[in-house]
Amino acid sequence: MERDQLLGMIKEEQAKNGSVSDGAMAHIAQTLHLPIGNVYGVTTFYSFLSTRPLGRHVIHICKSVPCFLQNGAMMAAAIEKELGISPGETTSDGRFSFELTNCIGACDQAPAMLVDDEVYGDLTPEKIGEILKSFE
Amino acid sequence: MPEKKILTKNCGKIDPGDVSTYEAEGGFKALEKTLRISPEEVIAEVKASGLRGRGGAGFPCGAKWELARKSKGDEKVLICNADEGEVGTFKDRYLLQHDPFSLMEGMAIAGYAIGAGKGYIYLRSEYHYLLEGLQKAIDQSKEKGYLKDLEIEIREGAGAYICGEESALMNSIEGKRGESRFRPPFPPESGLFEKPTIINNVETLVNVPHIIQNGSEWYGAMGTDESKGTKLFCVSGDVARPGVYEMELGCDLKELVMDLAGAKEIKMIQVGGSTGGIIPSDMLSTPLAYETILGSGAVMVFDQTRDVVDFTYRTMEFLNEESCGKCTPCREGTEVMVGVLGRLVNGEGVDGDMEVLEELSDTMKLSALCGLGQTAPVPVLDTLKYFRKDYENRISQSVFLRSLKTVNG
Ligand SMILES: Cc1cc2nc3c(=O)[nH]c(=O)nc-3n(C[C@H](O)[C@H](O)[C@H](O)COP(=O)(O)O)c2cc1C
Ligand code: FES
Repeated sequence: MERDQLLGMIKEEQAKNGSVSDGAMAHIAQTLHLPIGNVYGVTTFYSFLSTRPLGRHVIHICKSVPCFLQNGAMMAAAIEKELGISPGETTSDGRFSFELTNCIGACDQAPAMLVDDEVYGDLTPEKIGEILKSFE
Repeated sequence: MPEKKILTKNCGKIDPGDVSTYEAEGGFKALEKTLRISPEEVIAEVKASGLRGRGGAGFPCGAKWELARKSKGDEKVLICNADEGEVGTFKDRYLLQHDPFSLMEGMAIAGYAIGAGKGYIYLRSEYHYLLEGLQKAIDQSKEKGYLKDLEIEIREGAGAYICGEESALMNSIEGKRGESRFRPPFPPESGLFEKPTIINNVETLVNVPHIIQNGSEWYGAMGTDESKGTKLFCVSGDVARPGVYEMELGCDLKELVMDLAGAKEIKMIQVGGSTGGIIPSDMLSTPLAYETILGSGAVMVFDQTRDVVDFTYRTMEFLNEESCGKCTPCREGTEVMVGVLGRLVNGEGVDGDMEVLEELSDTMKLSALCGLGQTAPVPVLDTLKYFRKDYENRISQSVFLRSLKTVNG
């Protein structure tokens, strides 16, 4: 296996186990014959990869300018209220992690968010409540 | 000028999951034509068309291909840049969602022209929901025999704006941190895995079949002297009808945002994304073209109720977060700018803040390693130019607030 498989392997680990643990990084480093520092360096470079455990579902609320102009901050506040956590935190039941993110390319449906890999646009606080209910 | 649908003519018309519906609209005819002429002739046609890169930098496409074609090395690489991380930009998503086959045809033609056997599509992870459809488009095009000479592989990012910058993108594919590279060497000479590499934006590649099919003369008749063809504009912000609009280059900004997208009482517009220039309301009749203002085609509209300094602060916060950190002018420059702008936003500005921003802007423009740091000062300098009063007010308010504190002891 070549080094260019690295990002894909890290992503696969995250998809499978929700985050990339020290053990997983060590294992990947061994497989690719790379110093573990390289694996750590790549893992921590990207905002969608995480070394700390995340919830079963990850909410990414967009905070970039076009969403902000359409009350994006109010949507982030609605999630905080709904889940009782701040950006960067995970609910105590492990159901959701909540992150702020930059433009997700859905500005024509602003304000927008991703829950896992799915986009939800034209959000309102009520709509957010409904959407979150559909996740286990 | 109404909308002119060329790149988007199939969108909503064909089934993006069924290649035969693309064929029924004349799809892959340009590829067939391509294979009957020499790679050099294909390059000459693209050069003559005047097509320039749609990813933001506007480099002439044919000239770039020629460099790669002539470059020594038996293995050449074609990369389609589908990272689309620029704030306010969603046109590539629109094309991939509604007509992925046009990209397949564009890539097949580009691969033939430069002599690449291997192609990559670098897709941002925020667009993971497009992956399945895109893979299906590759598989179907391959089954039909359209990708005989080009093996296309999708590589996904993991959330990093800078990975849209071509040298960072190549580092990302190679399994390294997505940091920009020093240049030279330039990619057509030595790019991915040190092989001659062509990196083109999705929209650029989607232009190619139309140029081959209809000829460079037909194509060159659209647009202005330096900006040929049509462009997809992504209109967002304070408008009634946000969305993707395809217009001939050189079209009127005012017509796009007011007549088509329904904007009212405009204060300013940022064109080209987070590092794009600012157009104040009294300059709305600016034509959209490379020689004036264009970038990625993002058009963000701000109405009279919006605060300019808040906007600049938020934009700089984005650029600071997304700076890869490799070069000092960008890493530290965006950090200091966030500090100064944050001070202004919070009513803690001091005399001289505007001068600090201007001086730092000059340094960053001159010395940053890549386009991010070099163009990060643009929104700061443009707002300082057109809305200097807003900054002055922030500073005098800050001074006033402090004087109150002193009185109250
Ligand atoms: C910070 C930064 C981000 C960029 N992001 C993108 C992007 O998301 N998509 C893109 O096509 N080009 C992006 N570019 C431009 C690329 O570096 C490159 O010029 C482009 O992909 C070349 O293709 P084109 O000539 O077809 O436009 C970015 C440039 C910079 C400096
Ligand atoms: S700004 Fe939120 S999706 Fe683009």
